[in-house]
Amino acid sequence: MRSPAKSFAAVVRRLHQPGAAGRLTALAIPYGWLALFFLLPLLIVLKISVSESVMGIPPYLPIVQLAEKAQVQIHLTFSNFALLLRDNMYVVAYINSVKIAAISTLISVVIGYSMAYAIARSPLRWRYLLLMLIIIPFWTSFLIRIYAMIGFLKDNGLINNVLMALGVIDQPIAIMYTPTAVYIGIIYSYLPFMVLPIYAALERMDPSLLEAANDLGARPWKAFLRVTLPLSMPGVVAGSLLVFIPAVGEFVIPELLGGLGSPMIGKVLWAEFFSNRDWPVASAVAVAMLALLVVPVMMFDRFASRYFRGR
Amino acid sequence: MNGRLPWFAISMLVLGYLFLYSPILSLIFYSFNESRLVTVWGGFSTKWYGELMQNDALLSGAWLSVQIAFLTASVAVVLGTLAAFALIRFGDFRGRTLFAGMVTAPLVMPEVITGLSLLLLFVAMEGVIGWPGRGMLTIVIAHATFATAYVTVVVQSRLGQLDMSLEEAAMDLGARPFKVVRVITLPLIWPAMLAGWLLAFTLSFDDLVIATFASGPGAKTLPMEVFSSVRMGVSPQINALATIFIVVVTSTVVIANQLAFRRRA
Repeated sequence: MRSPAKSFAAVVRRLHQPGAAGRLTALAIPYGWLALFFLLPLLIVLKISVSESVMGIPPYLPIVQLAEKAQVQIHLTFSNFALLLRDNMYVVAYINSVKIAAISTLISVVIGYSMAYAIARSPLRWRYLLLMLIIIPFWTSFLIRIYAMIGFLKDNGLINNVLMALGVIDQPIAIMYTPTAVYIGIIYSYLPFMVLPIYAALERMDPSLLEAANDLGARPWKAFLRVTLPLSMPGVVAGSLLVFIPAVGEFVIPELLGGLGSPMIGKVLWAEFFSNRDWPVASAVAVAMLALLVVPVMMFDRFASRYFRGR
Repeated sequence: MNGRLPWFAISMLVLGYLFLYSPILSLIFYSFNESRLVTVWGGFSTKWYGELMQNDALLSGAWLSVQIAFLTASVAVVLGTLAAFALIRFGDFRGRTLFAGMVTAPLVMPEVITGLSLLLLFVAMEGVIGWPGRGMLTIVIAHATFATAYVTVVVQSRLGQLDMSLEEAAMDLGARPFKVVRVITLPLIWPAMLAGWLLAFTLSFDDLVIATFASGPGAKTLPMEVFSSVRMGVSPQINALATIFIVVVTSTVVIANQLAFRRRA
């Protein structure tokens, strides 16, 4: 333990180093911004999730209220969370979101890994074009791509027209407004987020490792399983987190592509907030979602801070 | 990394690109369709582009979105560059873990949570200090908060690759830290800052969910207009708008990458 006087002296000494004031400012500005606009809002959500809802603006009671005769009243309730457990709709939406996000992530790993692998092993003169074709959807509007998916999947859309023209089916298959459409929409939207980190991991790999495995007599399939796959795991983990976490809370895709049969938690939160105007329940839904995501988000944070440091 | 590619990987690559591009290509194709029915071909026409230019709601939404995206990107570049400096150059300062977490968490945080939490903050602030209301300003604040995370990541990886000896040499020669940053570091990282600015602009321009939460009555951005129009049903005007958007994005990405490629070569 350092004594307070010594720590104070250390602070003063550091402030007198060249650039110390500049460093302090450079740190304080983004730190303050994020504490105010990222951390504090999450704490407010936590607070409102245990507040009582009332009619009015804002539609919740303060937790601590100064009543008449200088009495302090405390309104703290867990009824919002009790409601989430009691009402089947919330539980179903919660489980459904996790299921849809997990399955979409798995399918994205299979498609994304194969694509990243093929790109990383393609001839150099092709690679630039192939990568560009992954990056362009990444930059293209999310909403517009979902809109394009509607035109693709609907009853008289491209898929059904092509299949009918080929004579594979004689009745359009209903994909829109089914859970299948939600899966397709999520994989379609998030696939670039899977391909790019896996590609980055594969590209960093030292090819001589595979040559060594080959020289030692490993068959290509075995070399892949024992050398390539383990070395590219960081990319797979990063890609999976980048797909899974936002997919759990997805609103636009289930809203525009899904039907009533596949509720997702993001859609429930939206409806609680904008339709029912029940802010405490909407906050409780958000807290329940955060509780589910806190471990994956922290995994992502640890991963990202190691990865993006460069060295 | 050359070698024989398994057929599985090649077919997945082809199918993957088909999957990524056929919806977009069919959308572009039908934007030139004479017929109102989006999937029945009625001859070549550019009339939907003409009608789009008459659609005041979409145009004013687009103008608002451009302003918001411009401000967002400019704020996020400053915040993100400072954050990247702190994370790469300041060593292990107190509260670094929390800071690093706050910087990267918005990258994956579901939009509904970010949107809801910021709206609740704005309402609470309004109650306490009577500011900032709800509208363009609150959307910019909300967007800048998550866009900062992306800028930080882009600038951080560039800063991490930099050779520190240039800066150290300048310091040894007696340059003040601020001057070192201005004369040495900034010229080396500006391509990353520009990339971060473009990314922040795009993310803000595209965002529907967070803007809907943060916005008040009267401030309707382009994605909000598009969303309500898509909810009503598919419209050929949206196809035309989407086509313009895709062409702009694709050419920007290709040009930016060409420039970056040439610089490196």
